[in-house]
Order: sequence, then structure tokens, then C-alpha cells
Amino acid sequence: MTTATTTTLRHGKVELALHQLRGGDGRALLLLHGLGEASPTAVPPQVADAWPGPVHALDFTGHGASTVPSGGGYTAEFLMADADTALAHLGEVTVLGRGLGAYVGLMLAGARPEEVRGAILDDGPGLAGGGPRPMSAVLHRIDPAAPRPPDPYALAELSSDVRPPDYASTFVRQAVHLSGLDPCLAVAARVRPHWLDEVARQYGVVEEPLAAALTRFAAV
Amino acid sequence: MTDDPSTATFPGAQAPDRVRQVDSAGVGIEVYEWGDESAPPLMLAHGGFDFARTFDVFAPLLAAGGWRVVSWDQRGHGFSDHAALYSWDADIRDAVAVMDSTSLDPLPVVGHSKGGGILLQMAEVAPWRITRMVNLDGLPSGRKAPDVADHERTRMLADELASWLGHHRRTHELRRKPGTVEELAERRGSMNPRLTPEWLRYLAAIGTVASEDGHRWPIDPQLRFGGFGPFRPDWNLERLPGLAVPLLGVLSTIEEPMGWGTSFADVEPHLPPGARVLELADTGHFVHVERPQAIADLVLEFLG
Repeated sequence: MTTATTTTLRHGKVELALHQLRGGDGRALLLLHGLGEASPTAVPPQVADAWPGPVHALDFTGHGASTVPSGGGYTAEFLMADADTALAHLGEVTVLGRGLGAYVGLMLAGARPEEVRGAILDDGPGLAGGGPRPMSAVLHRIDPAAPRPPDPYALAELSSDVRPPDYASTFVRQAVHLSGLDPCLAVAARVRPHWLDEVARQYGVVEEPLAAALTRFAAV
Repeated sequence: MTDDPSTATFPGAQAPDRVRQVDSAGVGIEVYEWGDESAPPLMLAHGGFDFARTFDVFAPLLAAGGWRVVSWDQRGHGFSDHAALYSWDADIRDAVAVMDSTSLDPLPVVGHSKGGGILLQMAEVAPWRITRMVNLDGLPSGRKAPDVADHERTRMLADELASWLGHHRRTHELRRKPGTVEELAERRGSMNPRLTPEWLRYLAAIGTVASEDGHRWPIDPQLRFGGFGPFRPDWNLERLPGLAVPLLGVLSTIEEPMGWGTSFADVEPHLPPGARVLELADTGHFVHVERPQAIADLVLEFLG
């Protein structure tokens, strides 16, 4: 099974690829991939049965079929705005993020609490980032000879970005206070980097397997 | 009075002697030089929402002291390329690219405001490139934000996030507001309340681009004040104690919209051995614009 349709969305100077993996009625599920990954070309089997509605998947900046910009400068916040661009196109969604996409999904849930109807945070590449506080700083300089995804600058910068637990938990509080959903976040990931450990402990966050979380938010 | 940038004048201001471009991994960076090309080089970094030619008075004074002064417009600022992405790491890479194009030997660096912050991080990631450092009102402050109740903060952050994301949803169609040179100078004056109308008009004449409907500042409309993120100023403060090169810091004492409000007491416990930090009485954030000769004298004496 291949990708049904791909829409190109504009975020600043970047063209983002949003793939529709399954059509249908009702609220869409938005898949956010992990660091260095791209959107799947078909609805993942663990999602197919548990989610009844349409399924879309976004390629982040520097990944998949989206633009690889010159000279890097990645932040998780910019990727949150990538995801928000998809949100503007799709309307209300439930978000399922893997790895880096889980962190971005958390931020989007806190930033757009009325439009994100539940976010599920799952294991995947780039889940930890650079840890809870700065490590020794490094200078990443990459020969720009081969500008093809995934962008080496994305791999370098989004595996070393700092993710303080109290920063992550401010997004949880916003989602809790402003979404009207309880719970509003589900942690399906089994791995617990510092930020996610803190998130999982917050009021309004449930820890449960992926299928249960999909069923829960489909019923919202 | 004229809007032709080549004829704009201001007492003591000199256009750069040389302008060139450096490619930083696909982002074009505009580089400016004052002084004898064979003189020893020093790097001069501007602050956020600024551009290199705000050094048109200050840089020639350093050049007259025997230096080849090299400055550049940061990505998205001045006449450098607008990039898709912006971060301090990217700014530091661009700075190193400019440095590579100037000299592979270590050299002294001078930075104002955010430019000073960037150089502080550069001293940690590339200490072999730097011999001495001057920081002009860009030393970090570890001060916490004023205390607000938790639910207030949640609401404030929510509004800030929505506003930031709203900006990103339409950034591809944004253009800076056009105006006459006079109007652009006035607008800039609201952020630079202590700078004279003559200086602001000079900046607007040399630093804006004319098109059919008027002049515009060329800075990327994607860039905006404020914002949010995991960064805390005290992380940059933690770079200070381990700084291995001699440091001269200059602090302003009058708070301004673009300043950081850092006091000597904030930085004193973190200073590396031998550092010299001065507070300038009755001086705002743009120390080198308000007191070009005094700051140039301090810098030249420090560089030896």
C-alpha cells in the first residue's frame, strides 16, 4: 500500500509534505515521526485497527519529502510550528508522536490545547534529546555536499537540544488547564528520559499502551 | 538630506573599506571590513535586530588604532541571506565561517549584546580561535523572571505560544512595513530611545532597502522579539568561570528595551580570573554608539 495523497504546506521558507495515509470521516490522527525518520507510507498496523478515522503523517523540516534548508539552525520549537502548520490545514486532530515527534507532540498539545484532542507520546528515535540541562557545547559543522534528507544538521542539533523537565511540564499544565480533556496526554513510551519521566508524573497524563490510548482519544 | 545611502553622512561615520560575502553552508553572509588589510584582524559582532554598519563610527576608531576590523551581518539581519532556520548554534557556525575567511590563527573578538553572548559560547566550542574577548553590554544575567502565580504564567505562556505560532503560520507572506527613511528612523527610535535622531536617520539611510512603495528594513520578518524556549540566561552565565582568555566587559547602567539589565553584582561571582568589568554611568545599552571614543580607547588599551 502506498501513500494516497501528499499535500504541500508552507511554513516560512520551508515546504512541508503532509501525507494522507487513510481517508474517512471524523477527526484525523496526525502522525509525527522520530528524528531521522520520515512518514510511513501506510497506516502502521498497530494504529490501523485502533484508530477509526483518517490518518495523516507530516514530514518535519529536513526530513522525508519536506525541504532541506541550508545551514541548519533547528529547534524543537520550529518543529512544533511545522506541526502547527499541519494543524491549520487539518483542523482538530489527535496526535501520535514517536521519539522526537513525541516531544513535539507534547509541545503542540500545550500550545494548541483547543485543537489537539489528545496526544500520545511513543518511543522512537530522538526521544531523549540533549538531556535536562546543557552538556558541553559542541560546534557542528557539516559539509553541505549532499543536501538530502534527513538533514545532517537536524540529526546533530535535535539530538543535543536541551529538554528541561520543568519546561516540558509547562506544556502539560497548559494542555491540562486549557484543553478541557482529562486525561489529555497519554504516555505509551516505555523509555523514560528525564523530560518524559516528569511529564508522566503530571496530573492529566495517563500511562497506557498505544492501542488503549488510541481507543481512548478516538472516543473523545 | 537625501535617501541615497552612498551619500548619507554622520559625524565620524565611515562606510566600510571593503565588503565581501562568505558562504556559510549555503547561507550568504555579508562581511564588512574597516582598516588596513594587512593589519592584525579582530572580529566585531553586532547584537540581535541590529546590523554590522551600526559600527560605522566605532569600527573606524578601532581601525585607526591599528586593527583590521571584520564584522558581518548575522543571518536574516542586514544584507545577509534570510535563512529558513535561526538558532544560536547556527549563528556561531556563521561566525566561524567568517572567521575562517579572515584568518586561521586565533584572534581577538568584540561583541555587543547578543553578539557578545554568541562569542561567549564560541569561546567554549572553539577556544583555539580566540585570544581575547571584549563584551559590550552582552554579559548574561542570572536573574529569574519576576514571580507570577502559576496559573497566570500558564495563561501568559499560552498567549505567547499562540502568538508565536500565529506568526509562523503567516511568516511566508509577511513583509516589513514600508516607509520613508524618516519614518523608519522614527520607528527604530522607539527601541533606541537614547540614540539621536541624526544617528537613527543615518542608520535608516544606509541600512534600508528602497522599493516602489517605500523603504524597508531588510531584516527577515520571520524574526521577532520575545519568544520562548528551554534556554535560561544562567546557562550562559555558566560559561564565564571557565573562560580561558582575558575578558573585558562593559555594562550599561540605564535599562532599555533591547538591553539585558545585567549588573556587576549579577556577573561578579562568575567572572574568570583577571577579568575586568566596568559599569558605565549614565549610559544605555548601545554603549559604543553613545560613547564611541571612550569605548574604543578602552578596547584598544585592553588589546594592547
